[in-house]
Amino acid sequence: MTRIFVPLVIIAMVMFAFAPLVVASAPLEQTMGLVQKIFYFHVPSAMLLFVSAFVCGIASAIFLFRRSAAADRVALAAGELVVLFGLIVLVTGPIWARKAWGVWWEWDARLTSSLLLWMIFVAYLMVRRFGGPGSEKLAGAMALFGMANVPFVYVSVNYWRTLHPKTSVVMTLAPGMRGPFWFSVAAFTILYLLLLTLRKRLEDRQAMVEQLYLAVEE
Amino acid sequence: MKQFLRVAWVVMRKDLTVEMRSREIVYTTVFFAASCVLVFAFALVREGRPLEDASAGILWIAIAFAGTLALGRTFERERHTETLRALMLAPSDRPAIYLGKLLGVLVLMAIVEAVLVPMIGLLFHAPVFARPLWLAALLAAGTLGFASVGTLFAAMLVRARSRDVLLPVLLYPITIPVIIAGVRGTAAIFQATPDEPMARFWTALLVFFDVVFVTLSLWTFEPLMTE
Repeated sequence: MTRIFVPLVIIAMVMFAFAPLVVASAPLEQTMGLVQKIFYFHVPSAMLLFVSAFVCGIASAIFLFRRSAAADRVALAAGELVVLFGLIVLVTGPIWARKAWGVWWEWDARLTSSLLLWMIFVAYLMVRRFGGPGSEKLAGAMALFGMANVPFVYVSVNYWRTLHPKTSVVMTLAPGMRGPFWFSVAAFTILYLLLLTLRKRLEDRQAMVEQLYLAVEE
Repeated sequence: MKQFLRVAWVVMRKDLTVEMRSREIVYTTVFFAASCVLVFAFALVREGRPLEDASAGILWIAIAFAGTLALGRTFERERHTETLRALMLAPSDRPAIYLGKLLGVLVLMAIVEAVLVPMIGLLFHAPVFARPLWLAALLAAGTLGFASVGTLFAAMLVRARSRDVLLPVLLYPITIPVIIAGVRGTAAIFQATPDEPMARFWTALLVFFDVVFVTLSLWTFEPLMTE
């Protein structure tokens, strides 16, 4: 990752610079018009929200069972990114909903389950921040349980209510929209990988500094 | 296996014996649950009639709130007397200790529910005895799901700072499926004509939740409680 880090940064910068042009070039959706463009930010962020939740959960499991400190640092980085991408989803979603459904928030299945997943990871960060020494393990359990909870949240909320466009909409996109959509997904994924590596590296350095302090004190 | 269950049984009996001497948790939790019901009654009863499905919601909110209180107190007692370490040093399987603690919490919550259910029936005219077996199944499965996650988190939080605040912060987002399933399932059997297929679906979901989270808790208790 270190070797390809700089090239990836450049690729991501170029992609994000071009993104407005690509999104503008995509055809206008017939019924929703311009608001539909938010889709190119909303859906990739939502995908990464779920991917990141699983990265955090799996890394936490490795941390708990194998006692790998590096896995814990990956988990923390991924946990923070869940909250970040979740925030993008939860801000862009209501903006779109206001135009499409006429209300900011609707107790729909997908909205509610994304909100709940996001809340689980906000709680994860809170434990890490306010739990005091030894709270990494507790946070690890929270992430693991949060990951295991995804299907339950999904099924229960789905039976409770449903209104959101089906995810199968991605497969039935108009040909002109498909290119810009996958372009956005790729750009966001690269951004995600960069942020994850960067955050993990910061944690690595912090751990190293702490070890050096201990060595000096001895 | 026999040894495992014996340890769990002993831990549960120890907790209940301590509780029987002071009755601190039972009295305070039951009273707290009853106050919760009253608070919600003032919010959700209009002109003498409760809103539709309000009784099912109030029942499960009271269970969740009272459960959090009971979980917190059970482990606060271990911390206060510094006996958690002794418990962990016992030459037995760690998961057996978890199971014993969980059984103790379940008994406490069952006592609270035994008071809550008739109270809901009395105050909100809910037909609590229309389908007693379905209601019992929903309550048992829901309480187990809530308590299994709660016992694990409360045990881990014993050593953490600001544990009183963190327990509900962690527990509620994870147990939302239990609350949804409990409320919807109970509302289905409280209807004028009980909707049994609906109750069956939600009970099945709860049982599935229990299986996954009890297994996961037994599995993670050992690495989590090792310093």
